Amino acid sequence: MATSISSPSSSTPLSPIQLSVIQRKRRSNLFSAAGIVSILIALMTLIALVLQLFIQGLPKLNWQFLTSFADPEASLAGVLAALVGSCLVMLVTAATAVPVGIGAGLYLEEYVTRNKFSALIEINVTNLAGVPSIVYGLLALGLFKYYFSLGESILTAGLTLALLVLPVVIVATRESVRAIPSSLREATYAMGASKSQMVFDHLLPYAFGNILTGVIIGLSRAIGETAPLVTIGALTFIAFLPESPIQSSFPFISFEWLKAPFTVLPIQMFNWVSRPESEFQVNAAAAGIVLLSLTLMMNSIAIYLRYRIQKSLKW
Amino acid sequence: MASKIFNRSSLMFSAIASIVAVSGLAPTAQAQIKADGSSTVFPLTERAASDFQKSSGKKVTVGVSGTGGGFKKFCKGETDISNASRPILEKELKACRDAGVKFIEIPIAMDALTIVVNPSNPVSDISTGDLKKIWDTGSNIKKWNEANSSFPDLPIKLFGPGADSGTFDYFTEAINGKAKQSRTDFTGSEDDNVLVQGVSRDKNAMGYFGFAYYQKNQGRLKALSVNGVAPSLQNVTNGTYRPLSRPLFVYVNAEKLKNNGDLRTFLDVYLNGATEINNKVGYLPLPVYIYNVGKKHLSEGKTGTRFGGKEPTNLKIADLANMQPKD
Repeated sequence: MATSISSPSSSTPLSPIQLSVIQRKRRSNLFSAAGIVSILIALMTLIALVLQLFIQGLPKLNWQFLTSFADPEASLAGVLAALVGSCLVMLVTAATAVPVGIGAGLYLEEYVTRNKFSALIEINVTNLAGVPSIVYGLLALGLFKYYFSLGESILTAGLTLALLVLPVVIVATRESVRAIPSSLREATYAMGASKSQMVFDHLLPYAFGNILTGVIIGLSRAIGETAPLVTIGALTFIAFLPESPIQSSFPFISFEWLKAPFTVLPIQMFNWVSRPESEFQVNAAAAGIVLLSLTLMMNSIAIYLRYRIQKSLKW
Repeated sequence: MASKIFNRSSLMFSAIASIVAVSGLAPTAQAQIKADGSSTVFPLTERAASDFQKSSGKKVTVGVSGTGGGFKKFCKGETDISNASRPILEKELKACRDAGVKFIEIPIAMDALTIVVNPSNPVSDISTGDLKKIWDTGSNIKKWNEANSSFPDLPIKLFGPGADSGTFDYFTEAINGKAKQSRTDFTGSEDDNVLVQGVSRDKNAMGYFGFAYYQKNQGRLKALSVNGVAPSLQNVTNGTYRPLSRPLFVYVNAEKLKNNGDLRTFLDVYLNGATEINNKVGYLPLPVYIYNVGKKHLSEGKTGTRFGGKEPTNLKIADLANMQPKD
């Protein structure tokens, strides 16, 4: 990088053009150096945080920790209820936010007639993505918990976080659909396809990879949320699991777990962090690693799906 | 491929939609005993719940939504037990009354708000008057010796709980005369561990928080006596550590107590083990006769609060036995 601006030998005087070139190159190098520094600052902070988490929490992270319930004794305490809670809540969130978000995004991009009303909806959807999560918590408290009387349940929590994720999914859907060349739409129509055939057989599959990226960004935000869940009544101490979705007797599938009380990993972490005993700080760090792994796992599933889908595409 | 995605997501959507519809009809009833409320009381009720669940297999859950948040749910009849770091207030009493929720008030522990400094600080005693000088609104004390000439000539760095905390409410009421009346230029945190860290690292620091946080960090903190009285179990129990000691409560829904035998058993276990639970958590247990009063009120179904919706600041422990609860 530095070789290009090595100063020429002093014996030959430089022309004004050469001087100006050297000066501009120097400026450009300065800028890229500044860029590297800012990346390093961001990266180092992240690495330091993750490292500290691992150094503190890794010794505690074992099978017993993953399969035990919360306990007042730090050595016996584990994350089972919180881990299962986080997974189930995310399941409900994904199952709700993804279809509704994609549907809304497709409608706004492909179907809606442009007028003042649709412009209003668009502005609102974009702004919703920036609404503080506690506001969604309050909305959900009134709507899901009291109005629909869904109680302080996994279902309520999943739907609340789905509201949070929804704008992100909608925006991602719209952007990925918009990125598909209109020649594709026209070609589909030319073959005699109806609009819904065009959207669902062509547009959606091609856009799905990018939509997934949006979904993951949304879900990663949701999995770390505590404020809206505390508002709707997530618990702190719970030492039993929801009913299993698979039953040994007819009808073999149960949805009772949706109505179960729950806690989630970030709430468990916060509770441990704020305790006076230092052993619980270690537990909190270990729970942090579990949460981080869960997020990474979600990400890798999405990356794998995207890879599979993109591979199967033949334009 | 394409239609597969569509079918899958539409299936999922209809499944969720039908679940929403179905579960809307059935009320949720999972935990047999539900407690919620103060984060200060949480460790006590959590330990009782954990022990009880292990020995009996009955399901108990404990939430943390703060004393106020806990009473909100409690007075709607959503919870069986409300953890509270202060007595029920006028507004909450009214909400309970309006909803027809009657309750039994049980003192469960004492807490001593502890004034801490760095171990290297020569100060070991402070008067409530000097505390007020330092912490009241408009105070611009920047050095220790500005509060009291016998204190060192060092800058003072203040740490305290955030404004949403019950501890903040109690301290400001007891020291400055009015809840939430405090100078604002101090390092505040809802997480008491942040305060512990701050005071243990800064030799000029002063902070205050619940006794348990001091007790678990005695090696790196020094507790000040207040008006010559050190915070300790003995001084709290004999009523000399005042005004900074406060009772902690659990409130029990009287109606649910009648109908739920498990709730009754749980509370018996809780009160019988209260001394031990307090010791393990690092809180200050009340004398046994106070727990016996609690048991008596439970068995007689004696409802109401002793304090008429006001926050008491200069309470003696014996008052908890002598004052009669009123609806």
